Amino acid sequence: MKRIIAKQEVCMGCGLCEVYCTVQHSKSKDIIKAYNSERPKPISRVRLEVNKPVSFAIQCRHCEDAPCVTACLSGAMQKDEKTGLVTYNQEKCMGCWTCIMVCPYGAIMMDQQGKVVAKCDLCQGFDEPACVANCPNEALVFKEVKP
Amino acid sequence: MAKYLIVGGSAASIGAVEAIREVDPAGSITIISEEPCPQYSRPMISDFVSGKADFHKMKCRTDDFWKENNAEALTGKKATALNLTEKTVQLESGEKVAYEKLLLATGGKPFVPKMEGSDKDGVFTFTTIKDAQQLAAKIDSINAKAAVVIGAGLIGISVTEALMKRGLKVTMVELQEKILSLLLDAKASDLVEGVVKKAGVNIVTGQSVQKILGTPGNDGVVGGVILTKGDQVPCDLVIVAIGVVPRTELVVGTAVKTNRGIVVDNTMQTNVPDVYASGDVAEAYDFIMNQNRLLPLWPLAVLEGQIAGYNMAGKKTTYIGGTNMSSLKYFDIPIVSIGLANPKEDPALEVLVKHDAERNVYKKLVLKNNVIVGLTLVNCIERAGVLFYLMKNTINVKRFKQKLLSDDFGLATLPVGLQRKMCVVQ
Repeated sequence: MKRIIAKQEVCMGCGLCEVYCTVQHSKSKDIIKAYNSERPKPISRVRLEVNKPVSFAIQCRHCEDAPCVTACLSGAMQKDEKTGLVTYNQEKCMGCWTCIMVCPYGAIMMDQQGKVVAKCDLCQGFDEPACVANCPNEALVFKEVKP
Repeated sequence: MAKYLIVGGSAASIGAVEAIREVDPAGSITIISEEPCPQYSRPMISDFVSGKADFHKMKCRTDDFWKENNAEALTGKKATALNLTEKTVQLESGEKVAYEKLLLATGGKPFVPKMEGSDKDGVFTFTTIKDAQQLAAKIDSINAKAAVVIGAGLIGISVTEALMKRGLKVTMVELQEKILSLLLDAKASDLVEGVVKKAGVNIVTGQSVQKILGTPGNDGVVGGVILTKGDQVPCDLVIVAIGVVPRTELVVGTAVKTNRGIVVDNTMQTNVPDVYASGDVAEAYDFIMNQNRLLPLWPLAVLEGQIAGYNMAGKKTTYIGGTNMSSLKYFDIPIVSIGLANPKEDPALEVLVKHDAERNVYKKLVLKNNVIVGLTLVNCIERAGVLFYLMKNTINVKRFKQKLLSDDFGLATLPVGLQRKMCVVQ
């Protein structure tokens, strides 16, 4: 399956990936509303990791043997055998944080307001995930990779 | 005759069914389950009592889980005897089910210490959906105002929060000097205790309940408790939440080896060929303690069930082990605790601590030979999984040790070689 890979050497650490991810996952799809007025506040499912001068963005890897799926107490995290996606059903989430405890990438975010989690869905329905499409330095690529 | 017979229908059983079907799409699977609908999330029963979740939300697999996996489920049935020579399990009805491979996933039952008055109406344990339904119904029917929860561990704190949300006055009684003593050191426990008290919970530590009292009008109905030191606490309900003991009844008197639970090897097989055990009933490997022990935790039960399932179906798989690991959401103070939380003074161990009293944040790492063997995070848990990865893979952290507890610790802190190995960068 296609996954998002970071090219650390060309990442400038600008954080636009987080901005576009937030907007993409907002109700309004409007950057001003998403950041200023929308409630619950939309959150980014990609995280810019910084240890200057190194930076790169990370999001759910959609692992083959996803520890979050095995550990999930409520059945909210599932592995879609057909698409390879690790899917997340917020309706089922109990906010127990067990997935956060076991994700090696720290790629599952806490949505404290909703007391649920959030994670990358690879922007289903779009050609390219928003973080990849809007990275000004092409430091994120969306391509077939072996897990 | 079932090719695969599983006694028990909850976490370990679910993991096993899924794993068997990955390897063997056709071999017959039979499940014996006491509960009519086992594929619900037991950790969610506190959400059921608080009203946050209904039964539908608690279903962690589809209603047709067994059907979809072509498994035959004998629900509402109890396994009463195991015959290892015949390779059969007998049901209460007398009916026998023969097997080629057997998984004992019988789980645990709540531990209720000897206590005068524990048979009174209004005393509950808290393990199954039935417990939760009965407790919720009782709260409504008697318009309960106050409860005593015995035990301040994982189950105790979860039911305490649920009862608070229902508007009850709750007293949590813990025999140890600190709450959550298996998960937190004294400092972290104090921090959490402060939050729980602020929410209105009355906490009594270093004591237990010596007697459950009746009401003046009816001695058979809970009216209060007497604590170890003699103090009385009036209440309408008592919830015993001390822990679970393995349900080993089925193997008692057989050749299957037990210690406190059923002893298994790293393929989840017992000392008897073709007989496996997983979940709360099994003593599986703890990779931090380097020994087999009881670890009655849902995610580990699923994982152990998977390992058993693979091996039963012929795909040789080794369990790398689990450890004492929990994440807690209660009282809006997120906690993750993995491995050694509160080790005794030991020159071989190095302890790193960071406490931010203002933000109520506490982070602690226990290292041995520069490998993480213990991890406690309070109110700052988002990178817990990265640290757990380092722990599980026994990564030497010497070069970046000082950064592990910093607020900006993350994947970028890790050596490039490890980042590549994890495929986070090219």
